[in-house]
Amino acid sequence: MDVLYFAWVRERIGLPRERVETDAATVSDLVTELSAREDRYAAAFADLSALRVAVDQELTDFDAPLAGAREVAFFPPMTGG
Amino acid sequence: MRVVVQEAPFDFGAEAEAFASARTDMGAVVTFTGVVRDLAGDRLDAMEIEHYPGMTQKALEAIADEAIRRWSLGDALVIHRFGRLTPGERIMMVATAAPHRKDAFEAAEFLMDYLKSRAPFWKKEHGTDSAGWVAAKDEDEAALDRW
Repeated sequence: MDVLYFAWVRERIGLPRERVETDAATVSDLVTELSAREDRYAAAFADLSALRVAVDQELTDFDAPLAGAREVAFFPPMTGG
Repeated sequence: MRVVVQEAPFDFGAEAEAFASARTDMGAVVTFTGVVRDLAGDRLDAMEIEHYPGMTQKALEAIADEAIRRWSLGDALVIHRFGRLTPGERIMMVATAAPHRKDAFEAAEFLMDYLKSRAPFWKKEHGTDSAGWVAAKDEDEAALDRW
């Protein structure tokens, strides 16, 4: 699936998107997998209360299942308007 | 309903003039525009607005649809820019049309509250001395509760 990062999450991880091969069942499982990769991921995902997630461009939560998902995005709380 | 996400500036006057102009059954039109403001202590060189292409348009349309449904609006308009903006530039605007002003005002406030916390935009302030992402405020999240 494609994993996208925005704002300071993108800056901390150092890339805007990447292709990830994973069997993660939920968003939380994916976060655990990514955090184990390198320090920069662990740093970005250190405080999940400071993060929001969208699966296939719909806001959801970290318990959301990933079966069939094509795109997961991580970002800080939004500041539109 | 019209929802526009663009990098280019928009003509607030022309948009406000054209909005719902064909409707003779709408007695109230409310417009709001948000403007890039200078920092309190430092000088703001630019406000960088990042968004999530693909999700942004859909999220804004869902918010506008909800406003139209709840307040029986005759029309709604949302324009939101992204990219690098300087102080004084207009970031976004909303417009609502309803038979009576109470619905038009409330729907505009609803749109603004939801745009702030549920539309995938992120702002970074580039000051003369420093740069930083604008943090979401608890009060902005709390503002959604009243709807």
